[in-house]
Amino acid sequence: MAALKIKKGASSHSAYNLRPTFSDVEEVHTLAVLVTNEPGVLARVIGLFSGRGYNIESLTVAEVDHTGHTSRITIVTKGKPQIIEQIKTQLGRIVPVHEVHDLTVEGPSVERELGLFKVAGEGDKRVEAMRLADIFRANVVDTTLESFVFELTGAPEKIDAFADLMRPLGLVEVARTGVAALARGAH
Amino acid sequence: MARQMTGAKMVVQALKDQGVDTVFGYPGGAVLPIYDEIFQQNDIKHILVRHEQGAVHAAEGYARSTGKVGVALVTSGPGATNAVTGLTDALLDSIPIVVLSGQVPTFMIGSDAFQEADTVGITRPCTKHNWLAKETDTLAETLHQAFHVARSGRPGPVLVDIPKDTQFASGTYTTRQETKTSHYEPQLKGDITEITALVELMEQAERPVFYTGGGVINSGPAASQLLRELVDTTGFPITSTLMGLGAYPGSGKNWIGMLGMHGLYEANMAMHDCDLMINIGARFDDRITGLISAFSPNSKKAHIDIDPSSINKVIRVDIPIVGDVGHVLEDILKVWKSRGRKTNKEAVAKWQAQIDQWRAIKCLDFKQEGKTIKPQHALVRLEELTKKYDRYITTEVGQHQMWAAQYLTFDDPNRWMTSGGLGTMGYGFPASIGVQLAHPDALVINVAGEASWLMNMQEMGTAVQFRLPVKQFILNNERLGMVRQWQELLHGERYSHSWSEALPDFVKLAEAFGAKGILCSDPDDLDDAIMEMITHDGPVIFDCLVEKHENCFPMIPSGKPHNEMLLGEAETQGVIQSGGAVLV
Ligand SMILES: Cc1ncc(C[n+]2csc(CCOP(=O)(O)OP(=O)(O)O)c2C)c(N)n1
Ligand SMILES: [Mg+2]
Repeated sequence: MAALKIKKGASSHSAYNLRPTFSDVEEVHTLAVLVTNEPGVLARVIGLFSGRGYNIESLTVAEVDHTGHTSRITIVTKGKPQIIEQIKTQLGRIVPVHEVHDLTVEGPSVERELGLFKVAGEGDKRVEAMRLADIFRANVVDTTLESFVFELTGAPEKIDAFADLMRPLGLVEVARTGVAALARGAH
Repeated sequence: MARQMTGAKMVVQALKDQGVDTVFGYPGGAVLPIYDEIFQQNDIKHILVRHEQGAVHAAEGYARSTGKVGVALVTSGPGATNAVTGLTDALLDSIPIVVLSGQVPTFMIGSDAFQEADTVGITRPCTKHNWLAKETDTLAETLHQAFHVARSGRPGPVLVDIPKDTQFASGTYTTRQETKTSHYEPQLKGDITEITALVELMEQAERPVFYTGGGVINSGPAASQLLRELVDTTGFPITSTLMGLGAYPGSGKNWIGMLGMHGLYEANMAMHDCDLMINIGARFDDRITGLISAFSPNSKKAHIDIDPSSINKVIRVDIPIVGDVGHVLEDILKVWKSRGRKTNKEAVAKWQAQIDQWRAIKCLDFKQEGKTIKPQHALVRLEELTKKYDRYITTEVGQHQMWAAQYLTFDDPNRWMTSGGLGTMGYGFPASIGVQLAHPDALVINVAGEASWLMNMQEMGTAVQFRLPVKQFILNNERLGMVRQWQELLHGERYSHSWSEALPDFVKLAEAFGAKGILCSDPDDLDDAIMEMITHDGPVIFDCLVEKHENCFPMIPSGKPHNEMLLGEAETQGVIQSGGAVLV
């Protein structure tokens, strides 16, 4: 048969043509989801992920507009491009979801996470922990004679790196907020 | 024009505001205030079902046959959990219904109170959206929003859970007009650049096919009209899913029959060999695609769907068009006409000739011989004797359902109600009740299997009580026929629990309910018996004893591509390799 003389794929402003083909390579994407802050909305979002077998690497949520009752859910997820597209359109289908932004493809963005680290130890280990905390610009938010609680903000990789360094120095417990993210620039 | 009233009164008022004339329901403690209001008015007819599942399927039947939103009312706890199957059914088939459930008073929620269930939690994944109405002041607005969400965009089921204290308390009623329909306004118009790209493909295509689905019917009668115009002016062949039958007439000249697992040979071959597939309101369901990697390998694919998440979910398409079928078809026609109504006539004629060759194998042929009624024959006779009536068909789930789709002809939308996505045995009977309520003078027939029919047989009480002359046409093979067929093909003929043992005497059963029963086992009696069923003014159970071991063909076995169909009584042993057996 003669091939049809039409350019492959959809036109440039189609939302579904972000990638040329279905790839098998898994990608990590950060999604910002703006929702009406009503009861059950988080359950809907989480239920979508568990019900359809999508991954959640990290999830944060808080009301960001008290008068408009809008919450922002930041989800870091991982999957093949086709699945990422599905996740976005499925999220968009939830009635109280207003906007879904894929910060990973929509342009440069900043991602930050806050971690709290309890490190117990004495002597050299304690001194070394303090020294490393200085290098990472972590704050000490609690201290006893044999422990510190450090507070550190940064990209998730920085939090990971700090946790790795603290482990041999007496890391007892970690609490992390999960990722909050915003697109760079004025809009 | 704000008015003060109780929550219970608001429910009835909101239903009236929404133009609801019929509610299917079942009372209980947590909805008594609403039932009290229903008692004190005459505008809304309440149909007392015999099981809440029946109420929801009846609401579905009502909705599908009218295009309006169906409504069911159930009590808390067991009432709500009984509604779950119907809600899921409506979700998978995109049927607009509103289910109102009672709930224990707000101050008792969470205390494991009597008949308390986390209805909103249980139904969250099986509704398009749901609400817990904790305040009487916002109840009316919530109800109006519920109707809006159910019918807008891709339609679907919604549920409003109403605690008893919300029903008793007084608040301010918000009218439908005053209600904010919030931000939920799905896009209707398709992207004109994509539409133009599709038209360009249509102008050149050598082997085009329209593949249509329930979305055309959901879009409304105008969409079906536009589809007919597009198909007949382009002369392209058209097939449809189970859900879309009737959008294009089954007697139309470009109709090539239903496609899919039990679709027609010519339809599936056309899908496999086409060079342009135009999906209109269908969703590449696994019953349609068969083996994904071998699905229509040489075609460009366009997909028109109001739900963006349907696009590229299963099959990667070249031209995605998000929008309402009616709106998009209108634009396609406009663009196509303005560019001079071009098609590749010569090639399309060759393609039609190819399809005619496929058609010539007559994949639906069967032989009615001997003294046993073949189920196909029963449907051929039913078609012949009922086609001139104002007829609506519902079905249960199984072989009979597929045969009904194959052997009955639908020339109009909203005439065919079947559980497609969920495949719910027990759907057809209550659905027929809903259809009959909406169309009191029509001939409403539920084509049933004996096993499915028993799943909601209690609704005989409803049919008799409300004098609904629904015809229960049971193709009784004394088997869970479809299960038996799979066991024959996939499980070495080990017929594990696929018999219908201890069946009732259906004639006596009908009579026990005060209805009419007809038994027919002889092909020679069939026509008279069917006429007796049609002309009887009341509900009928028609027990049609049919061949017990008939298989439903054609069939694309699970895990096979479209061009590897099983036909007729072909040698079927071992055709499904182990890979296919894990699929359903
Ligand atoms: C509620 C439910 N349970 C089980 C099934 C699985 N199932 C599909 S078809 C079928 C047999 C249906 O038997 P019958 O109604 O007699 O129809 P037949 O296939 O014999 O025409 C079964 C058990 C189903 N679809 N729905
Ligand atoms: Mg049967």
